[in-house]
Amino acid sequence: MTPTLTQSGSSQPGPGMAAFTGLALAAAAALFGLLAYIGNDYLYFASYVVLQFVVLAIAWNILGGYCGYVNFGSAAFFAIGAYTTVSASNIITEMSHSTAGQLLGLVPTGVLLPLLMIAAGIVAGLVGLGMGYLTLRLRGVFFSIATLALSVVLQTLVINWDFVGGSRGAYVIRPNEFPLPGGFVGYLFVLMLLLVVGAILIARTIERSRLGYGFAAIRDDEMAAEASGVPTLRLKLIATTLSGGLMGMAGAPFPYYIGYLEPASAFGLSYAVNAIAMPMVGGTHSWVGPFAGAIILGTFQQVATVTISSVLNLLIVGLLLIFFVIVAPNGITGFFRDLRYRRAQAKADVAKGAAS
Amino acid sequence: MTGPLLRAANITKRFGGFTALNDVSLDVAPGERLGLIGPNGSGKSTLVNCLIGTLINDAGRVTFDGHVLDGLLPHKRAYLGLARSFQLPRPFGSMSVTDNMRIPLLYTAAVRAGHRRTEAEIRARADELLTLVGLAAKAHARPVDLTQVDMRKLELARAMAADPKLLIADEAMAGLSNAEVDDILKLLMTLNSRGITIILIEHIMKAVMSFSQRIVVLVSGAKIADGLPADVIRNDDVVRAYLGQ
Repeated sequence: MTPTLTQSGSSQPGPGMAAFTGLALAAAAALFGLLAYIGNDYLYFASYVVLQFVVLAIAWNILGGYCGYVNFGSAAFFAIGAYTTVSASNIITEMSHSTAGQLLGLVPTGVLLPLLMIAAGIVAGLVGLGMGYLTLRLRGVFFSIATLALSVVLQTLVINWDFVGGSRGAYVIRPNEFPLPGGFVGYLFVLMLLLVVGAILIARTIERSRLGYGFAAIRDDEMAAEASGVPTLRLKLIATTLSGGLMGMAGAPFPYYIGYLEPASAFGLSYAVNAIAMPMVGGTHSWVGPFAGAIILGTFQQVATVTISSVLNLLIVGLLLIFFVIVAPNGITGFFRDLRYRRAQAKADVAKGAAS
Repeated sequence: MTGPLLRAANITKRFGGFTALNDVSLDVAPGERLGLIGPNGSGKSTLVNCLIGTLINDAGRVTFDGHVLDGLLPHKRAYLGLARSFQLPRPFGSMSVTDNMRIPLLYTAAVRAGHRRTEAEIRARADELLTLVGLAAKAHARPVDLTQVDMRKLELARAMAADPKLLIADEAMAGLSNAEVDDILKLLMTLNSRGITIILIEHIMKAVMSFSQRIVVLVSGAKIADGLPADVIRNDDVVRAYLGQ
């Protein structure tokens, strides 16, 4: 008998993998249905940004929350995804004189984009693997500084790379029409929604597997993890690869969303800050934390952009972060987990008192 | 079985210009209870770290159960049957006591057995070991709510979960009361009677003397005595190292 990945470690209750996948897809379909019913194009536009942050937060949490390695360079992985798309579309344009290029040019954007997302995931995943290999011997804050450095180095490279527009930026032509409610932005929304479902499924599977327990052991005490037989370096490399890959996938549709990509927007501070702040606010031990954190903070920012001011965004994130660090340092899910645990312990103590 | 289970030959470890271990050799026979003593800073923990793979010795060779350990990472050494408990308890803080046991059961024990246990088997084995050390009632507690002695017991139980051949107990009793020391000693004797070789590193002489079949003394990174407990404590060099001249 060959034991499966989930069999050996799934101690948590909850629906099985198939049931959960069905549930997640149904929820996604319901959300799309709701937006189509409301029929306001701006809602797709705003929701896309929130969903993008959900993916970034869940991806960051695989390395930062599960393994305890804080990555300040999320923007770099997001930008790698975005620039994979720009490079690919430029390559197709350059090749337009040849027959192969003309054939490629005929591929509709709707088909091309999911493929670009997969390609971006692979590129960003490989960069994550490489970054992990170079930096994971550093622990704590030293690792974090190295990831920040990576982000700066990559941005400098892109600024000086003419093929993708350098500091001037690059245009990506998006189709005017698309046979979906919400048009092409509606399609981008659906793609990002599916990526959210995929990211949740990956994160949830990790949590319930031997891998997830290994990650948690590394986070709690790396030396004790090694002594307990956890192959720490290999596990951390798996985490950087998965985390980086998902961030890259989230960045791939961005040039089509924004139409014009420049280094300052692809490497924006808000990605790095939000990718950290959202899991911190929501809680870092399961996918629910970054998911909830991204929905709350992301929606808050979108609403604030429209109602108050677009420059207030990061200030709000900062204030909320300070609030949570003081009131619920383990985030929303951590707060309830601790509460449940304290209650169970108190009950056990009462039972013990009654017995003696 | 003949020959030592563990052989450390001519181990030298330097930190910059400081020589923490100087040409230390040590044999441990299968099933033996060995006491390792020495004043603070004599290199006991450095030796443990070199054996376990956390530090890499500059010279010398460690063989364990027929395998040369040089260059092997700590987890690979664990897979061969080498386990340790930490001087300062290092529990997995976010996990329950049972989940602390789960880590070695999912990793080392699975590799050593050649197959993974099912969830029910993991729970049964964790429960069995926690009952052995007397922590079964606290299986759902978090390490932060454990007392010092319970924390030491968890350290030992977690080390045992890896099904080791050799257990290195690094000051498993430091800071405990007399009764608690006896508690842990009894536990270590039980483990030894089940066939596990034990190296005990300890400052409490009463505990070391009653536990060990043989005692090795380290002073300033060098081995100055190796023999029966009664002989070792009469050794002039040992007395001088501990009490001064």
